[in-house]
Amino acid sequence: MTTPAKTIIQFENVTKRFGKMIAVDDVRLSINEGEFFALLGPSGCGKTTLLRMLAGFETPSAGRILIDGEDISRIPPNRRPVNMVFQSYAVFPHMTVADNVAYGLTIEKVAAPERARRVEEALALVKLDGLGGRKPDQLSGGQRQRVALARALIKRPRVLLLDEPLSALDAKLREQMRSELAQLQDKVGITFLIVTHDQDEALAMASRCAVMNRGLLQQVATPGDLYEFPNSRFVADFIGSVNMFEGRLLVDEHDRAVIETSELPTKVYLDHGVTGAHASTVWVALRPEKIELHKRGQGTPPPDLEDAPANHNLAAGVIRQITYLGSESVYDVEVTGGRTLRALRSNLTRRDQEDFVCDEPVWLAWHACSPAVLLS
Amino acid sequence: MDEAWTRAKGVFAALAGPPVVWLAVFFLIPLGVIWGYSFGENASLTHIAVNGTFANYAHAIRPLYLGIIVKSLCFAGLTTVLCLLIGFPVAIAITFASQKTKAWLLLLIMLPFWTNLLIRTYALMAVLRTEGYVNQALGFLWNGAGRIAAVFGQSIGTFTPLELLHNNFAVVFGLVYVQLPFMVLPLYAALDRLDRSLLEASLDLGASQLTTFRRVVIPLALPGIISGVLVTLIPSIGAYLTPDLLGGPSSMMIANVIERQFKTANDWPFGAALSFMLMYMTFIAIAVQAVVSRGRQARAT
Repeated sequence: MTTPAKTIIQFENVTKRFGKMIAVDDVRLSINEGEFFALLGPSGCGKTTLLRMLAGFETPSAGRILIDGEDISRIPPNRRPVNMVFQSYAVFPHMTVADNVAYGLTIEKVAAPERARRVEEALALVKLDGLGGRKPDQLSGGQRQRVALARALIKRPRVLLLDEPLSALDAKLREQMRSELAQLQDKVGITFLIVTHDQDEALAMASRCAVMNRGLLQQVATPGDLYEFPNSRFVADFIGSVNMFEGRLLVDEHDRAVIETSELPTKVYLDHGVTGAHASTVWVALRPEKIELHKRGQGTPPPDLEDAPANHNLAAGVIRQITYLGSESVYDVEVTGGRTLRALRSNLTRRDQEDFVCDEPVWLAWHACSPAVLLS
Repeated sequence: MDEAWTRAKGVFAALAGPPVVWLAVFFLIPLGVIWGYSFGENASLTHIAVNGTFANYAHAIRPLYLGIIVKSLCFAGLTTVLCLLIGFPVAIAITFASQKTKAWLLLLIMLPFWTNLLIRTYALMAVLRTEGYVNQALGFLWNGAGRIAAVFGQSIGTFTPLELLHNNFAVVFGLVYVQLPFMVLPLYAALDRLDRSLLEASLDLGASQLTTFRRVVIPLALPGIISGVLVTLIPSIGAYLTPDLLGGPSSMMIANVIERQFKTANDWPFGAALSFMLMYMTFIAIAVQAVVSRGRQARAT
């Protein structure tokens, strides 16, 4: 995108309390036009409440919500320029597919010929051509979801809200719908705001994600940045799998840092400084696929790491468990000192899975740019 | 699954047997006896000769009795409509109340069931009679208004109590009072089953609350509405105690007439014929409905 992004949704210090419980805590967030934005977090983190406030089913206890610069906090749901795809799909069981899709237009009193044309268009868009006469109980779960999608899109909303849209589908269908949703968004050009607890879903579809925890916005970033540059232990742990150590910052200069941790036999060396570190306690997050496995036996020297001093970023251990996943294998390695680290290795050839066996002594090694240092 | 009972025939018979016997002995046989009486005549003070006569039915379709049957239907119909109009908002209120309030509201709805109908009806008489609470309250307000009018030199006269008892109004009022819980409970059951996200989806798609009610709530609550109407309408048609105690001389319903035939008039055959008139009408209604719905199904496919 070359043109400067235009803000479409703005949450200004939005708080929502249910009795004593704070569901959403002082959230500030801007979403741009045309984005595929994901609200990601564990259940009960407040993401659905945020979505429901945008749709108008909940009223913020404090703060404002703006769409196109206009405060919509007090506008009832039926007069907001947003439409929602419900988690349960909420397809009207007493109406045919076509009547369901046409519902919003019927309310708007759109003339019958135009209505019929747009229903046909919308059904074609979600690949339900020819099923307009069916009743919802004659459809599969995936088809019902498409009806819900068509029903919301036909209104041409400014923002389409999707509440856990894929959670009720089976794994295969979920993957297919993921790419279809992304394609659909590309085609209609409407801003999509999706709520999900499934990190894979968010990473795969979204152009930007917001991670929430206990009502607080933890981090807003692109999927790549969330994964590689998490800003907290929560985000690092929530997105993907991670090896985490608590440590002490020994050296912190602009081009290098050294962290000592009791959980590893060696020190961790970084090729960059740690900004904003006021206390000496930090956490190191190391993704399994960034840990290399090397043979360790009599007469085999430790692997030579070009980007770290000797005895840094290197740990001796013994493989305790191997989980073969086809495209990759997961190795749980117990290092000296007792801590178990997880390493991931792609099976690049058909023989790769035979390289290591259980109870084999190995070296674990990683590059100086691989660990993420977290301050909270 | 649904053939499981055919495989365990012995168990099925053991379980289904007692209720079937019970129904046969205490319901079908007495009903058959009464049905037989409707084709008989009094042979002596205590003996009824069942001789296949249709005289009782000929008697029953005379304008006097047909008129009372029609009136009973009107009272019951009016009661049902009023119960539906009052019961629907009540059912909605219970459905959308918090879990804790909901339990209390449902308890309140069912509370009258713990009091005998006779007691409740007498209590209603205390409320509606000339010196009853309603008239007392109205009199109090009237006197207050009179005093204010006197300040301006006007006179509105003395209060004449309303005649609220022993008329058609009292009968319908009493029937609504008795039948309302039977309307509210099935409506509540239907509304409670309703997926809330359907209502939200309707609002989300631009419909107002009223449109949502009309296009989503009513169609989906229809089974509840139908059963509520049936359990209100049918007992209302045959209501006995309410018109007997609250009604006047002209608000007699069919059950009161039947009671007189069996007791005061000692004409069991005619009472039996009157009783079965209602039954025949119900059968005809069900048959008509079946034919109509079959026709609709045939057209739909």
